[in-house]
Amino acid sequence: MIDIYNELTSIVDKDFVSNKPEELYIYGRDPGLMPAHEPEYVVMPSTVEEVQAIVRLANREKIAIVPKGGGLSLTGLVIPQKGGILLDMKKMDRIIEINEKGSYALIEGGTTHGALKSHLLKNYPHLRHSIPDSPPIATVVANAVIHGQGRLTQQRGFNSDMVCGLEVVLPTGEVCKIGTSAVSDYWFSKGAPLPDLSSLFFGWCGTTGIITKMAVKLYPCKKLRDVMLFLTDRAELVPDIMLKLGRTEMIEDLVVTAQPIPLRYAGNYYILFYITGDSEEELEYKRKYCWHTLWEYFEKRDGGFVSLVPEMKAPLLSMPSKDTTRFADVSKGGGFEYSGPIAPIEKYAVYVKKLEELAVKYNLYYSSAARMIDGGHSMMFSFSYTFNRADAQTMKRAKQALDEAAEYALDNGGVMWKPNLDEQKITIRKMDPNTLELMTRIKKLLDPNGIMNPGNWEVL
Amino acid sequence: MYELIFDREKCARCKSIPCMTKCQYIKLDTVTAKKEWQKVLDGEDSFILEACTTCYACNEYCPHGNNPFYMIVDRQEKKGILPSPRPIITMWVNQCEPVGKFTVGLLQEKALSYCFLAHFNVLAHGKLFEDLEYSAVYGQEFFCNAVYLHYAKTSLIKERLPKIIENIRKQGIKELVCLHDECYATYTSLAPAYGIEVPFHPIHYYDYLIEKLKALKDKVKPLGLKVAYQRNCSTRLIPEVDKSLDELFNLIGVERAVRKYDRKNALCCAEIIRMAKGPELADELQKKNLDDMQSVKPDYVVFNCPACWDSLATKVAERGMKPIHVIDLCRLAVGEEQSLNLEKMEAEV
Repeated sequence: MIDIYNELTSIVDKDFVSNKPEELYIYGRDPGLMPAHEPEYVVMPSTVEEVQAIVRLANREKIAIVPKGGGLSLTGLVIPQKGGILLDMKKMDRIIEINEKGSYALIEGGTTHGALKSHLLKNYPHLRHSIPDSPPIATVVANAVIHGQGRLTQQRGFNSDMVCGLEVVLPTGEVCKIGTSAVSDYWFSKGAPLPDLSSLFFGWCGTTGIITKMAVKLYPCKKLRDVMLFLTDRAELVPDIMLKLGRTEMIEDLVVTAQPIPLRYAGNYYILFYITGDSEEELEYKRKYCWHTLWEYFEKRDGGFVSLVPEMKAPLLSMPSKDTTRFADVSKGGGFEYSGPIAPIEKYAVYVKKLEELAVKYNLYYSSAARMIDGGHSMMFSFSYTFNRADAQTMKRAKQALDEAAEYALDNGGVMWKPNLDEQKITIRKMDPNTLELMTRIKKLLDPNGIMNPGNWEVL
Repeated sequence: MYELIFDREKCARCKSIPCMTKCQYIKLDTVTAKKEWQKVLDGEDSFILEACTTCYACNEYCPHGNNPFYMIVDRQEKKGILPSPRPIITMWVNQCEPVGKFTVGLLQEKALSYCFLAHFNVLAHGKLFEDLEYSAVYGQEFFCNAVYLHYAKTSLIKERLPKIIENIRKQGIKELVCLHDECYATYTSLAPAYGIEVPFHPIHYYDYLIEKLKALKDKVKPLGLKVAYQRNCSTRLIPEVDKSLDELFNLIGVERAVRKYDRKNALCCAEIIRMAKGPELADELQKKNLDDMQSVKPDYVVFNCPACWDSLATKVAERGMKPIHVIDLCRLAVGEEQSLNLEKMEAEV
């Protein structure tokens, strides 16, 4: 019988291969509610060649392989459902190139958002990328793979829309360039004018290949940034308010928060949005324009702007926001998870009603952050509930609430974002059979042995 | 239930009704003013109720101490008039709701009230607070609730204020040094106007500082500074404290510059007005105020109210002037450093 551990240490320095129980324990779970399942090996490659060799080994031996970035999805997407090899990408963290004139960054598969942000801030302060509100150890690649959203999503779409090229190790071990880099030295497009193959790797939860390099678009970083806060107590007004603001084409990011605590949040929907400018005059013009865009709500007394004092602005302007981690500790014990459908923004009011109903039904604290996507084509609406990790009953109730929220969202126009296994199943159940068949064929074609993150998108 | 103690006869006898004719925001001749004010008193509709910016000034302008502003607020609430958008009011109502969380220091019979303003945790230290700096109360349970005058929520004041007063009494506090003069206004003007008993002795912090500075007179070095003073809305309810401020400035060798928008003609910080009436009026008021401050070439712009500080200090600094709180000005006079400084705000991108 082949000794996989020794095979792996022949590919990667032995310091970066492990089958020790204490390490397998850590890699067998994530911070969310999905059940743990441990891998048999953990390996940290440094090069694309090492990734290739590991994948070939896994293929040969028909061992499951799960690529992992920050492991922060909360929905168990990198919990190795069938054991096997967990491929921790953290060592592949180089920022290979900043192409200033082409406005993109070329990075390795394990580069974190925090590292890219710092690098740009230090060396290219006039450029920025779309930072998600996850901890800075979230990797750029994994976030794009799950169609993450970030601070530029309101203007530019999903973070995956801002990708402009990939290098992928296919499940059969070949290295493949995706986008213009397949024929040019430049990584300016992930598809056009060629057939866009990048979508073979986004939204598939790591079941179709391992991204070893990615180019992401960079955008102008204005010198000044400010935040505005508009409140309304009528959920049914929220979609129009979001749209009106989006259509000014003046705002950067827009997030609507609904939660009962701290008490200042209770009874209102907090519509938080950001404006940027290269001068105070530009900012002031935008402030005034946004004010007047919402004047009708103000005049009817249905909504109003909060004057934000400096100490209130500082946390709101921080990127990523730390509010998520604060919310996670509302139920002492530090756990939270959200079910996050991507949905039409017109569904805001019914979703928020369901969010509150489920919190009452399952006796949980709740929060929701709805981020507008791409000027209002959709939103990500999070049904978030907290739990105490030391309290199995609360965790069970939270999971039940999330499952029910997912069912509700799917029945009401939403599509689950970074779905956990249960949500994947109900998504598949609802999916057009021909679409499902197409996915099945693609998966079989790319991963004939079914080694890539098995258990996820089990369409075979 | 507590009701406003208001003498309509005083209004009937008043010839000039300066409470209305001196208003900085509603321009009224005496005849119209009398007519409209009578409507307010009679519980009828009057445009005054809608137009009011809640600057509190009419209370100061009333020569009879009849609290016309409290009457306006009372009538606004009874008629369901919303001085600010409903969600803004909801936010204020909820965020200051007592939750049973008592934030207290090592209390003595004499204690400081930080109200619900964290600024005072920075300010109330050093020689001037040597005996009292740990004897302090803070938070929703000790929040004076006067802010609800801006939001036509007299009923909430009547509901919460007696409980707040009881919370203070239960701490064994006999003398309460109010660092936010809105608290002092609450206990010496608002509560009596509604017949709410105050079982402790409120002390305005100006008077507290005067006593302290007198006690420390050997250590006080006159500053020789000229300052522009930002007079806040709640001083309109307790205009007598202006004299204390003059005495305080005198003790530390500070000249209160004569400027257009000080004393009875003061302009408020305008952020409540921004939320209530929109940005144009607020910006206009702030510009006039800041221009006026700048015109007297002050060494410092002096703040009394932390809310004014939050609203205007950055803008003061942007114009090249130096903002400082009254307490810090006194600290400079006894050889200490300014403690409340502007947050360094960088737009993170």
